[in-house]
Amino acid sequence: MAGVADGSVKTTPLLTRHEALGARLIDFAGWLMPVQYSGILEEHRAVRERAGLFDLSHMGELFVEGPDAGAALAYALVSDPPALAVGRAHYSMICAADGGILDDLIVYRLADERFLVVANASNAQLVSDLLAERIGGFRAILDDRSLATALVAIQGPRAKGILAPRTDVDIDALRYYGIAEGHVAGSAALVARTGYTGEDGFELFVDNARAGELWDVLLEAGRAEGLAPVGLGARDTLRLEAAMALYGNDLDPTVSPYDAGLGRVVKLTKTADFVGRAALERIAAEGPRRRLVGLIVRGRGIARHGYPIFVAERETGAVTSGAPSPTLGVPIALAYVTPGDGEPGTMLDVGIRDGRVPAEVVPLPFYRRAG
Amino acid sequence: MVPTDLHYTKDHEWVRLDGDQATIGITAYAAEQLGDIVFVELPETGRTLAQSAAFGVVESVKAVSDLFAPVSGSVVETNAALAEQPELVNSEPYGAGWMVRVSVADPTEIDALLDPAAYGALIAEG
Repeated sequence: MAGVADGSVKTTPLLTRHEALGARLIDFAGWLMPVQYSGILEEHRAVRERAGLFDLSHMGELFVEGPDAGAALAYALVSDPPALAVGRAHYSMICAADGGILDDLIVYRLADERFLVVANASNAQLVSDLLAERIGGFRAILDDRSLATALVAIQGPRAKGILAPRTDVDIDALRYYGIAEGHVAGSAALVARTGYTGEDGFELFVDNARAGELWDVLLEAGRAEGLAPVGLGARDTLRLEAAMALYGNDLDPTVSPYDAGLGRVVKLTKTADFVGRAALERIAAEGPRRRLVGLIVRGRGIARHGYPIFVAERETGAVTSGAPSPTLGVPIALAYVTPGDGEPGTMLDVGIRDGRVPAEVVPLPFYRRAG
Repeated sequence: MVPTDLHYTKDHEWVRLDGDQATIGITAYAAEQLGDIVFVELPETGRTLAQSAAFGVVESVKAVSDLFAPVSGSVVETNAALAEQPELVNSEPYGAGWMVRVSVADPTEIDALLDPAAYGALIAEG
């Protein structure tokens, strides 16, 4: 594939596995990544009904360490990392001074003075640079291990049963949004109970050199359970059903956390100053100018990113993510609309090519796992 | 394998000529490249298609692709089964997954299409 030989496209340590599994590979955020193996619908169902194995080695792993690591992150991010107990994680964002979202993140507290920040591949370098800059005045250092760290996720109702016998981490004691250091298939790993699918599951951070063996062991161990390798295509439909925002689609620098319905992530009550505080306080007080809503298309057609949304003849917003929902069997979408047009039950129109197709505002998420 | 009794476009449509009527679909290669097909939008019966102009849309889970008319003519029938079973385009691209049937306006347009060997060579290039 073009770009691999000259190094302009980054590759994961699992590339040869993906090729052997017959994956279709695409350039995603500068990485050669599997978009699908057997097919998006089949892979999507595997995760909902059984389990799926994902290579997410393109994500950015940024370790922040030092006596002021927590305080440094409290200044750099909109959440309050010092409030995390060791072994816990939360969803966060890094914003610009104007309150625009520069990336959405997961922050894990590994020790009193050690945190792991996981950034999207498309923003990993930007976030790394911004963190280095913002923590400059604190007794904390940034260790960007994105290129040395592989990330393998196992997600789905059978993920726990497949992983538990292959790790020394007490899986039953590891709660949702918990993280523990241990071993998986003999390799040192960080085991987190997080994911981007709407299912129970785990994310496993290992050194690149150990990724192949870990992948092989889990894929073999899961064979009898129906574990399937899953590409970025199904990852997108899974997260959309779970109404988890995708940076670059639903979130971007023109969007504030309040616009995205994620105001709860911003901790205005924390004592520390942080980048974006003044702007975010103002937006919180004035109310957001738009609202992220869920839509189910009630006519013929699929709402896609960028399609306009209308109330009668008035354009009220646009679709940011849209796809046919494999689980619901109808086209679903996330869209920004004028706040008053976003109440569940409201009927809107999506502009699809030359026509208008009715769509209903529905409560989010589209899909919530049982139990 | 590329069926030897059809004509092809570089945009991966196929044409089966039967008298003055042409049945049109997309090739197995195109269907495979698109992935799971979930939606097909076809023109109304009676509409006139112009060669090389977009006449419909095929959508997979991730992608939206235009369909281009291999020949000019008026639509005499569309494959209604695709409304409920768009996956037929994946499973039987040259059979039950056909899309439209047109009354051919100008038979000489067929001569400008790719023959099976030329189309086979096109997809072999990737």
